[in-house]
Amino acid sequence: MDLMEKLELVELPKLEGHTDRVWNVFWNPVSTLPILASCSGNNTVCIWEHNSLSHSWSCKTVLEETHTRTVRSCAWSPSGKLLATASFDGTTAIWQNFGDEFECISNLEGHENKVKSVSWNVAGSYLATCSRDKSVWIWEVLGGANEYDCAAVLNGPTQDVKMVQWHPTMNVLFSCSFDNTINGHSSTVWAISFNAAGDKMVTCSDDLTLKIWETDIAMMHSGEAYAYWNHLCTLSGYHDRTIYSAHWSRDNIIASGAGDDAIRLFADGPSYILLLKKENAHDMDVNSVQWSPGEENRLLASASDDGMVKIWQLATKQ
Amino acid sequence: MVSGLINENPTVYERKERRVRTDSTNTDEFSVEPIDQLEIFDILFFDFAIVNIHHIRDIRDPEHPYSLEQLKVLTEDSVEVDDLKSYVRVTFTPTVEHCSMATIIGLSVRVKLMRSLPPRYKIDIRVAPGSHATEAALNKQLNDKERVAAALENPNLVEMVDECLSPSFE
Repeated sequence: MDLMEKLELVELPKLEGHTDRVWNVFWNPVSTLPILASCSGNNTVCIWEHNSLSHSWSCKTVLEETHTRTVRSCAWSPSGKLLATASFDGTTAIWQNFGDEFECISNLEGHENKVKSVSWNVAGSYLATCSRDKSVWIWEVLGGANEYDCAAVLNGPTQDVKMVQWHPTMNVLFSCSFDNTINGHSSTVWAISFNAAGDKMVTCSDDLTLKIWETDIAMMHSGEAYAYWNHLCTLSGYHDRTIYSAHWSRDNIIASGAGDDAIRLFADGPSYILLLKKENAHDMDVNSVQWSPGEENRLLASASDDGMVKIWQLATKQ
Repeated sequence: MVSGLINENPTVYERKERRVRTDSTNTDEFSVEPIDQLEIFDILFFDFAIVNIHHIRDIRDPEHPYSLEQLKVLTEDSVEVDDLKSYVRVTFTPTVEHCSMATIIGLSVRVKLMRSLPPRYKIDIRVAPGSHATEAALNKQLNDKERVAAALENPNLVEMVDECLSPSFE
């Protein structure tokens, strides 16, 4: 079966509302109705909801007046009740959903400057943030989720850290950086994404490649001090500009968003073939792509410098 | 610490004659004119929005009251442009190898182009190969979108960039 011939990304009505570039999108992991958070260069975060009657998306809430600079990254907690937002103002805000409104219940300070990424661990008991100050902080969630204690400050990276990501099943934290760590890339690594099983990951880079890595998951679970990740393959020659984002779906399709305004989809191994290239997915750089968590929907959200958030439906051509 | 300028005695070159662009054959206001090398240089020189005449060749050096053209930091050959692909690359030559003003210069050129070119354009800025002690690191920083965005939120840096970009009335 030639998968390449069969798939297409159908654009659903655009989500307009941001007045500046959109850096990141994140689907609420548990909501039965699809809810999407997006964050922007104009210091705000939008929460989008789908109205099934009108088949349209609207910005239900704007989270503003908390961050004083660009909001670079946002992440829902695994429970779906909390949203963490990381900003160039050096802080990470935690928002809680109270019915129709969101309230900032906590503000994590400590980084010396721009916070670039935030990630919750699988249990929602830890939050990790990383920054231009070259450190990774781990925060422990205490009590009723409005208390956070800094559990650790990691100063391993030698340059600014672009993204942190917890392993999907274990309390292991990964970070990628301006200094090419995560070995093998020849320039800045912008993002990491794991497959659902947690035994493979994809990294994307300024060096125009995606790299696929795998590990022995049994060894990880056994509590070995260090589980080695093998470099499986490099996907090169597909992207023309920096790849800012990559996301591995539950049904094993890898999406990438790049500075050439395109979204690409790749199949899982062993072949990792290019399934689809959506040129001009946006009018400017694609900063973030993320698959929706639902098993059935196969929706992909994307965010761009053009100020738009788009939602795509993965469909089979008729 | 030695206070003073990075480059106290820069070599100053003559400015080139400005070419007057006339395209009398094309009177259609709505036709799309392809952007070429000279235009980019001119943007680094002329802004076709008529009201303001900003000069990229006239972007001022952060340390001296001379333009980047006069210091040969930028020349017409500095600019590679492909309008069909919406791509431009500007290569500049700092006057001294350890020039710490290189980031300001690179940032200024990028900002000027961002303000002058259509948003579809992809912009790469780099230092001329062999012209700077930390070339690779500098190029990476100049082209890291996140770093650039963060820099442009820093009021001190923005002020320095605006200073370089403000028109000089001679």
